[in-house]
Amino acid sequence: MLRYTLRRLLGAVPTLLLVIVLAFLLVHAAPGGPFDDQRVLPAEIEANIAAAYHLDEPLYQQFLRYLGGVVRGDFGPSYSYRDHTVSELIGRSFPVSLRLGVLAMLLASTIGILAGIVAALRQNSPLDKVVMGLAMTGISIPVFVIAPVLVLFFAVKLQWLPASWTGSQGSSRLLLPVVSLALPQIAYVARLTRASLIDVLSSDFIRTARAQGLGTAAIIRYHALKPAMLPVLSYMGPAVAAILTGSVVVEQIFGIPGVGQLFVRGSLNRDYTLVLGVVIFYASLIVALNLIVDLLYGAIDPRIRRR
Amino acid sequence: MKLTRLLLVIVVSLAAISLLVVFCGGPQQPSDGRSVLNRALSTEPESLDPQKGRSVQAADVLRDIGEGLVAYSASGELIAAAAASWDISTDGLLYTFHMRPEAHWSNGDPVTAQDFVFGMQRLVDPATAAFYAAELGNVVNATAIVAGDMPTTELGVEAVDDRTLLVSLLRPTPYLLSLLTHPSTFPVHRGSFEQHGDAFARAGNLLSNGAYVLVEWSPGSIIELDRNPHYWNNQNTSIHVVRHHVVTQEMAELNRYRAGELHTTSTVPPDNFAQIKAEYADQLHIAPTLGVYYYGFNLTRPPFKDNPVLRQALSMAIDREVLVEKITGRGEEAAYSWVPPGINNYEPPQLSYADLSQDERNALAQSLYKEAGYGEDKPLQFELRYNTSDTQRRIALAVQSMWREVLGAEAKLVNVEFQVLLDQMREREATEVFRSSWFGDYNDANTFLAIMQSDSAANMPAYANDNYDTLMASASEQLDLDRRRLYLEEAERDLLADHAVIPLYFYVSKHLVSPEVRGWEDNILNYHYSQYLSLDATE
Repeated sequence: MLRYTLRRLLGAVPTLLLVIVLAFLLVHAAPGGPFDDQRVLPAEIEANIAAAYHLDEPLYQQFLRYLGGVVRGDFGPSYSYRDHTVSELIGRSFPVSLRLGVLAMLLASTIGILAGIVAALRQNSPLDKVVMGLAMTGISIPVFVIAPVLVLFFAVKLQWLPASWTGSQGSSRLLLPVVSLALPQIAYVARLTRASLIDVLSSDFIRTARAQGLGTAAIIRYHALKPAMLPVLSYMGPAVAAILTGSVVVEQIFGIPGVGQLFVRGSLNRDYTLVLGVVIFYASLIVALNLIVDLLYGAIDPRIRRR
Repeated sequence: MKLTRLLLVIVVSLAAISLLVVFCGGPQQPSDGRSVLNRALSTEPESLDPQKGRSVQAADVLRDIGEGLVAYSASGELIAAAAASWDISTDGLLYTFHMRPEAHWSNGDPVTAQDFVFGMQRLVDPATAAFYAAELGNVVNATAIVAGDMPTTELGVEAVDDRTLLVSLLRPTPYLLSLLTHPSTFPVHRGSFEQHGDAFARAGNLLSNGAYVLVEWSPGSIIELDRNPHYWNNQNTSIHVVRHHVVTQEMAELNRYRAGELHTTSTVPPDNFAQIKAEYADQLHIAPTLGVYYYGFNLTRPPFKDNPVLRQALSMAIDREVLVEKITGRGEEAAYSWVPPGINNYEPPQLSYADLSQDERNALAQSLYKEAGYGEDKPLQFELRYNTSDTQRRIALAVQSMWREVLGAEAKLVNVEFQVLLDQMREREATEVFRSSWFGDYNDANTFLAIMQSDSAANMPAYANDNYDTLMASASEQLDLDRRRLYLEEAERDLLADHAVIPLYFYVSKHLVSPEVRGWEDNILNYHYSQYLSLDATE
């Protein structure tokens, strides 16, 4: 077990290294530098700034310096937030993105699955059509439209909810962003659930269960739901990753201090260290989750350990 | 097998995540019954270290949490701040500032002349890598220190005692007082700096000598300030808590204003401007400001190199009134000069054709176009580069069609990301005509005219005119303000006659200000110190 863990950990090193090299080269290949501005600086000042951030060194040296920092857990100072380090910025913003993403996924799966079941059971009824129509709308309308409309209605017109993250201190500020993030996901989950449940309900073992006199509720609960969830679950995996990384628009509209807006600001300002930090962070996260899963696999299934 | 794996991924993620969810966040303490001002920042400051800040937004926040020797009043007049008074030597080269004895840091320590010396030495110190290090370029030895050729202690800023500060200059600098309102010249508490190092500017560490203290900075979201009880003018400050919200999207900002979450906005979105104007007539503040929007020529390459006739033809063919009315449409003013109107002690000369009607201009432009050797059989073809944005694109499209209609010239529109455009403007290889803008740092024509000197780094078109440089040099030697002004105006006349740039319009500041807010005064600098504002208690 220990050997397996070590082997896997060592195996993750080249992956991360590759990510770092590629990301490093890509951000440096982008035209323009982190401190370019309309207000062009006198040459001496530019030189001082370049020296302060080691931008005057050859690229390979900058890379080695950066890599050395990463190995020690130091992602360097941010260029666009000069008073903060990258580790600190990510450390502060990731929990916020996470909270938002998890709540949105929980909401999306609960409502989506329920709506999908209802639609499947009343297949082709007006109710089904309404639910699926709403789902289609949810998929079609992009979040940058949904979010401002929700704000306009619930925050500006009705004044029930805050229009932004900083508009309230309480948890009510979570509601609109979470709903904005969840809506398209609800729609996907509902459609997947419906399609897959209809499929399962028409299979032989369900017919057998019915023949044995089981009621619809029991059939759904004990026999149909589990197999029907397979495609939904395969969808949810990547969706969680997407929602954690892809809430940029929602973060900007609501002024949420999450990772997405850091990434955008970093990219636009050529904040090399910030962009690299966020990329490496996500890469490590994915690698770590996979490793944990594989370890659990090993614990459950001895064949893997032996391999 | 695949499913079990997926299930495990999800279970593990959820377990890890729910732990974080439980332990993170939680409501912050509301400020009980004290007045809270909610303001918007369109871009987040890059730093609240006074010497390291760069953006307009950083300066906006820094003016709340720090104070220079001199400051601006609510209406934009220079007033005494940390210095109670000053004397200027007859040759204009020595300024003696008398510090305000009642000025204190937020920890109760007195603000001394040494704190200012320390702050300014830090500004020019190469190790600080300050963007505004050239701010003190006219101070004795500043340039050599920035270049690393002299120790910072040689800077011509000296504390005679705790209360007396001397600033020695290389040449008369009539706008020195304006420069000293800039946060880069703010004092630094040496003890605090020595204790915390570069982290001295963080919330909790940063000592303030201004009306407010930094309480919290949540990157991407909010900067929260609280009253500084030790501020010398605290009894005249009204609002207790100032929240600077970071709002990058204009529509989101408007919605937050409508929802009552913001007292003031940083701008007004262009799309529904007419509706906003009707709906919020009494809350909309539009005022001229120190900014010019221009198209520049690359003067180092053909076809625009050594071709003022052609440049003039292009400049004249643009109907600026149409641009400001139909395209930008938020109160901007058509530009016929490089320096905006309303600047201190200056009357901008106008482009030679400013008094003609657009039809007359077009006719003249056509003959100049022919004179330059172009016509129907040989149309001018070039690239117009701008940074990707809806407003830039609309302006470029309009100008493109004006050039085509009036002259038959074909401008190819090229849009690139802002950082890329900056890069290309500096390299002067890809650019032919490019869009840019300039915002003044202080209320003096020099802030606009100096960048067109041949040795200026910000001289994007690479304008080089010996006469212009000589006039600017003469202006900088003048003690007499009226004579200095004549030199400056003469220099601008040169610049305009050479058509090195096409000024299109002057920017305006656009704010929505809630009726609750008292004390807001529009001014050309667009500075709105929180300490001058108050909230109507009846609301």
